[in-house]
Amino acid sequence: MNSNAVIVGGNRTPFAKAGGPYAQAASHDLLTSAIDGLAARYGLSGMQLGEVAAGAVLKHPRDFNLTREAVLSSSLAPTTPACDLQQACGTGLEATIYIANKISLGQIDSGIAGGADSASDAPITVSEPLRKALLAANAARSTGERLKALARIRPSHLKPLAPGVNEPRTGLSMGEHQALTTKRWEVTREAQDELAAASHHSLAAAWDAGFFDDLVTPYLGVAKDSILRPDTSVEKLAKLKPAFGGPDGTMTAGNSTALSDGAATVLLGSEQWARDNHLPVLAKFVDANVAAVDHPAGEDLLLAPVGAVGHMLERNGLTIEDFDLVEIHEAFASTVLATLKAWESEEYCTSLGLNGAIGTLDRSKLNTMGSSLAVGHPFAATGARIVPSLAKMLHDLGPGKRGLVSVCAAGGQGVVAILEAV
Amino acid sequence: MGALEKLFYSPVGHAVSTRAGLADPPQLRRGRTWPDGTVVLAPLGASTLVADTLDLLGLESSDPIVDAPADSPPGYGSRIGALVIDAMDLTTIVGLEDLRAVLRPAVRALEGSGRIVIVAREASGDWEAKSVTRALDGINRTVGKELRRGATSNLVYVAADASASNLVSTLGFVLQGRSAFVDGQTWHVSDASSGIDELIEKPLQDRVVVVTGAARGIGASIARILARDGATIVGVDIPAAGESLAEVANEVGGTALQLDITADDAGAAIAEHVARRGERIYGVVHCAGITRDKMLVNTDADRWGSVLDVNLAAQIRMNEVLLDPAIPGSVEDGGRIVGIASTSGLAGNKGQTNYAASKAGVTGLVEAMAPDLASRGITANAVAPGFIETAMTARIPFIQREIFRRSNSLSQGGQPEDVAEAIGYLLDPASAGVNGQVIRVCGQNLVGA
Repeated sequence: MNSNAVIVGGNRTPFAKAGGPYAQAASHDLLTSAIDGLAARYGLSGMQLGEVAAGAVLKHPRDFNLTREAVLSSSLAPTTPACDLQQACGTGLEATIYIANKISLGQIDSGIAGGADSASDAPITVSEPLRKALLAANAARSTGERLKALARIRPSHLKPLAPGVNEPRTGLSMGEHQALTTKRWEVTREAQDELAAASHHSLAAAWDAGFFDDLVTPYLGVAKDSILRPDTSVEKLAKLKPAFGGPDGTMTAGNSTALSDGAATVLLGSEQWARDNHLPVLAKFVDANVAAVDHPAGEDLLLAPVGAVGHMLERNGLTIEDFDLVEIHEAFASTVLATLKAWESEEYCTSLGLNGAIGTLDRSKLNTMGSSLAVGHPFAATGARIVPSLAKMLHDLGPGKRGLVSVCAAGGQGVVAILEAV
Repeated sequence: MGALEKLFYSPVGHAVSTRAGLADPPQLRRGRTWPDGTVVLAPLGASTLVADTLDLLGLESSDPIVDAPADSPPGYGSRIGALVIDAMDLTTIVGLEDLRAVLRPAVRALEGSGRIVIVAREASGDWEAKSVTRALDGINRTVGKELRRGATSNLVYVAADASASNLVSTLGFVLQGRSAFVDGQTWHVSDASSGIDELIEKPLQDRVVVVTGAARGIGASIARILARDGATIVGVDIPAAGESLAEVANEVGGTALQLDITADDAGAAIAEHVARRGERIYGVVHCAGITRDKMLVNTDADRWGSVLDVNLAAQIRMNEVLLDPAIPGSVEDGGRIVGIASTSGLAGNKGQTNYAASKAGVTGLVEAMAPDLASRGITANAVAPGFIETAMTARIPFIQREIFRRSNSLSQGGQPEDVAEAIGYLLDPASAGVNGQVIRVCGQNLVGA
């Protein structure tokens, strides 16, 4: 490695429920706003950075160059290059890894990683029969042929199609997949509701303490994460009906993340660049890893991060006790709880080729400022939300403090990383 | 815009209002611009202070026409841009006739947005001399009210030992368009040296200026004008205003700091932000402020307390931290503190007891701080805006708003940039001799001292 990649800080929009206050905002707008807030916080207006990497999971064809276009709309110098990158819910973290790696290799001295998603502005497509009929009409050589082609269109073909949220290979939705995992790992409803309530309470306390004053910039008049319910409780959550796993299911709308809109960014640089530009340095980006599971063969779709964490710890000579803070993305409360059980399982861990169980996590280190259940989860943004928040928490604890990030993603993938406070 | 307001600004409404005596207000000359016509210099004695200052400003001047006891008073022939009177040696009542004699032809010949500037010595000497010094104030205020077409009159009292370099930023400000909405005002310039003997185009180059309340209105305008003058802006506003704060910060190439200024650690947070960037603060402009208007009989402890805390107490808490030289990122020696007072504070305003208390308090604060900070070369001053056209004043009902607008010598509301320009003048390193002053930016509002 030529230089250390460090996290300077971050900025995100408040996250909001899909169809809510950001219903009219496109991913481009959200990402631009997040970049502009970052530029204002760190005085980057007019500056040329090494590169900006970001992405969106729900993407319109017009957004083929989403990140570059957002850079051009932002106050950064228009000569700042950018690329789109996507790894489902791992996008924000994968983009961070991409920028950190380039900095470490000395290819760039600075960059922004990020992600944006608008579940409100999801791309709507036309049906397959309609597409085929229109193609045939277009290729027709005579009016007669054209009419014949168009005559094949039926009213039902005109119904617009929302983007699929099901796993293409299993036909199951993510919630249905997680319901299988929840059952297999015997995660109780009570434990899930407790985790969800704790997420809301921790996030509310963090907002009250001003923790997000230098991490979030309001957008469209929204100043706080609007999914947050500070007054929720285990009792209130216990009243909700199951959403996944059938009538006996334990997963509800309360312990599953809501479809969300929002964008998040991380500012990274080499230590030298940060120093030269008089910018703060919160944490080093130490290492990262990705792993995948064979979910079509029946493996747990959202437990891929377990293997990713295990192998990353082994190659860094670290154990779970070496971490002061741990952030596990709350796709569902039961994802986090099943992950923790998997970490403790000798059998599961060795089946992944690890030397033994990852270990038992001291729960007081977990998601201490709340996570996706309370904040919301604009798919591509989540990794870029977690990294600067964790870097700030670690920095507040003092130099050398270590943090672990674990994010699960569609397609049976897991993206994980280690940060260390400077 | 309400129906009544639309009617008022329609061609028919305009014709009616003009016949009723509500003429269109004059367009004011603004920015770093000099008068079009000649600058006339009228020394009323041996003093060369004003002549020397005009030299430093690089301004040519011509001799005054003096009123003679004849049937038809002589005229200038063409419009003049300004009359600058050096009254440093004026100490007698008889001598006031010399002042009248240069004022009379000049007032008649003054161009639109022209300037009358009287430079006089601080009160000293015998009873008559002191009385004459004060008489000038009455003359200045009255001339301000009589001048038309956006012309203004201002009086500057200068320390006896002051030199031209002490006066250069002040005379430059008053003659330029930057002082467009400053009219009928009087303030003092001491002989505190700045070592600067010219008017600098970008006086704040590479200097860090913190502006609280920078997200919108007057605060945003202050950030823009100070950035124009070279300042590196640290814009501060409450986290909820972060979106517009970020826009302003990016526009002026500064940084945004989302912060509740009433928090106990607000001053420390600002200093830390500046220190982290390896800098120190040159100027602090306390622009953040709120109103919670109610008649006193309806004002509860909450309305009272929140206004006093945001507008005054928070400012004092932040100053205490930011003026501690031991704290990294605090205000450097030779720095500047500027508060925003208000004509409501100076004159009182129905429904604003809490606001008037806080704003009059700001006046008292800068007057108290000024002598204490003088040893470090730091000045503390305030500006007191009158009716300024902002989103806040746009919410005042139309008729009331139109009355407020026209209740001054310039018959119009001021622009946020007018307030910003006055602050820029106070922040100018060359304004070292302006300390503990409150300058009203009110177009010579009819109310207030």
